[in-house]
Amino acid sequence: MFLKKTRKLETQIDEYLDLVIKGGLVFKLGIKCYLDNQMNDFESHLKDLRKIEENADDLRRNIEIKLYTRTLIPEARGDVLGLLESCDKALNITTDTLLEFSVEIPTILPELKSGFLELADSSISCLENTVSGIRSYFRNIDAVRDYVTKVQFYKKETNKIAEKIKRNIYRTDTDLSFKIHIRYFAFHIERIAEQSEDVCDRLSIAIIKRLE
Amino acid sequence: MDISAWFFISSALFLGWSAGANNAANIFGTAVISKMVKFKTAAIIAGIFVILGSVISGAGTTETLTDLGSVNALAGSFAVAVSVGISIILMIRAKVLVSSSQVILGGIIGWNLFTGSPTDNNALYKILFSWVASPVIAAIFGFILFKIVKNTVLKWKIHLLEFDTYTRIGLIIAGVLAAYSFGANNIANVMGMFVDSAHLSDLNVGSIFTLTGEQQLFLFGGVAIAVGIFTYGTNVMDTVGEDFAKISPITGLVAISAEIIVLFLFTSQKLEQFLLVNNLPTIPLVPLSITQAFIGAIIGTGLAKDPHSINFKVLGRIVVGWGVAPVTSALITVVSLFFIQNVFEQTVVLPEPYEITKSVIARLDSEGIETENINDLVNKEFLNKKEFRNEILKRYNYSNEQLYNIFAYSLIDSFVVDSNLINSKLSSDEFSEAEINFLKSLHSKSYSHKIDFEKDVFQSNDIWQNTGDKLNDKKNKANRVIIEQLFRINRSNKSHK
Repeated sequence: MFLKKTRKLETQIDEYLDLVIKGGLVFKLGIKCYLDNQMNDFESHLKDLRKIEENADDLRRNIEIKLYTRTLIPEARGDVLGLLESCDKALNITTDTLLEFSVEIPTILPELKSGFLELADSSISCLENTVSGIRSYFRNIDAVRDYVTKVQFYKKETNKIAEKIKRNIYRTDTDLSFKIHIRYFAFHIERIAEQSEDVCDRLSIAIIKRLE
Repeated sequence: MDISAWFFISSALFLGWSAGANNAANIFGTAVISKMVKFKTAAIIAGIFVILGSVISGAGTTETLTDLGSVNALAGSFAVAVSVGISIILMIRAKVLVSSSQVILGGIIGWNLFTGSPTDNNALYKILFSWVASPVIAAIFGFILFKIVKNTVLKWKIHLLEFDTYTRIGLIIAGVLAAYSFGANNIANVMGMFVDSAHLSDLNVGSIFTLTGEQQLFLFGGVAIAVGIFTYGTNVMDTVGEDFAKISPITGLVAISAEIIVLFLFTSQKLEQFLLVNNLPTIPLVPLSITQAFIGAIIGTGLAKDPHSINFKVLGRIVVGWGVAPVTSALITVVSLFFIQNVFEQTVVLPEPYEITKSVIARLDSEGIETENINDLVNKEFLNKKEFRNEILKRYNYSNEQLYNIFAYSLIDSFVVDSNLINSKLSSDEFSEAEINFLKSLHSKSYSHKIDFEKDVFQSNDIWQNTGDKLNDKKNKANRVIIEQLFRINRSNKSHK
């Protein structure tokens, strides 16, 4: 009986992490559609992403309530809730970023398109590895370190790509307002990786606490 | 049962309540401190299983503690029980984790001091040894068990939530076992001395089962312990959790498991019996205290995990408390006995007659105890313990141990061998035909001293002699106790204390 409830909660946590992964993939597709000027598909992906974020929020709250009301994992509860919440923040950033594309419709110069695709790819790799790290935190603590290392690597790559994009923008012969506008989008996509790294920092501490 | 008996029994209920409060931490402390089980849930489960342990397995347990002295008057029992209860509460208030046995020991020594009874040094040393052995053995087990768990279970790829559930279930099972065994092993200390004064008739519960008078008393005692856990148990848990040690769910489970394993391995006569029957090497039985084993287990697991998780300052305070507790309890007992005897004019000690016979002198001679100076006391009867003690000490300065033996051998303690009792009470499963026939051959013989009875019944033949075969010797010992209790006609209440 106890185990049945526990397994249900485990499934919910896995489902939540699945939603974060899905969100990342939809974000990548959305960016690709935007850059290819397929606006209908882009809007459809945005809609999907918002739905995913909404579901993830509900699921996270449900998990949190269960963890608290059933006083589960008393020692690790704070860490787990922190991880899920900060992971949720990363998902929110993906949604907000795609929404900003939809609202502000930035003009991406053709020579920057590949850079933006690469940036989105790298940022979402960060997010995906973070999610894998969190999954390992629950089941295979030894593997977490590998994922944390990967996240750190992809985060640095993301920073490099974002820097490259920003440098390229500011070397084009366009208005400063345009330059600032595009830089702002590179910055937002980069934030997904930054947030993923924050989650991993928490994860590293949570691991130390569990091994104590 | 008259109202005064109930009044006296209320002291046992108070003692039960305080013992419950004191031992709550040993049962579910680690589960509650590590926040794996809510206090209320823990207290309810512990309460139920303490009561079940008391009623189902509680009867007949006699501890080494009872060898130390025999409180033989109801008012005396009342004073000792109240004093012990008060001492336990004082120790809880002082945030010192003591074992109930330490405080009860103090109470009995207080009674011995007040009544002039000598204390059995052997039994005393046995208990003192257990205060050292319990924490040390439990700490070793806790340390090893945690290392094993760390290198095996903690490396298995079990989901954190599943692991949490298993740990929680483990803590609840351990708590249930600890509660049941606490009830079974301690109810005799709490209610034992009142069993003979409370004459309750058997009670049929819906024609499903019957509760004997003794079981009903133990039920009351069990309920008192359960109430103690529920109403006051959290205080001791706070002392452990807030002051003494940082306890995580897994260290909590390891600690309580170590406590239970140690108590089972080193105190279970059933296990020893099982090993003997199966020709396996036995583990020496050592009287262990549950509180000391608990503290030892916490220290052991703490050292294995992280030595900084133990507050050694608090540990020092606890160890000092182990010395202070029996002294406090003895003092309170002496004072309360004095008041009850002199202010309330109640009899706190029933007279026990003593007489030094020739056989007593012979026995003392065989043990190398000086007898020349007490030869003039032969065949003189003393009705008062103190008077007997003074007369002996006036003649020779005997050591406490020698004095204890003189008292033990000189006590007038009537035995009459009765064939009817043999036929009706001795089962042929337990006793051989030769044993029964030999006992029948002694029919109608009476003895005024235990040593004479033992000499005639046990030592005049080979039937109950030790053979070196552990299983056989154990059975012989148990049979000797049954025979002794069967034919004793005067001090029937003693066997229950």
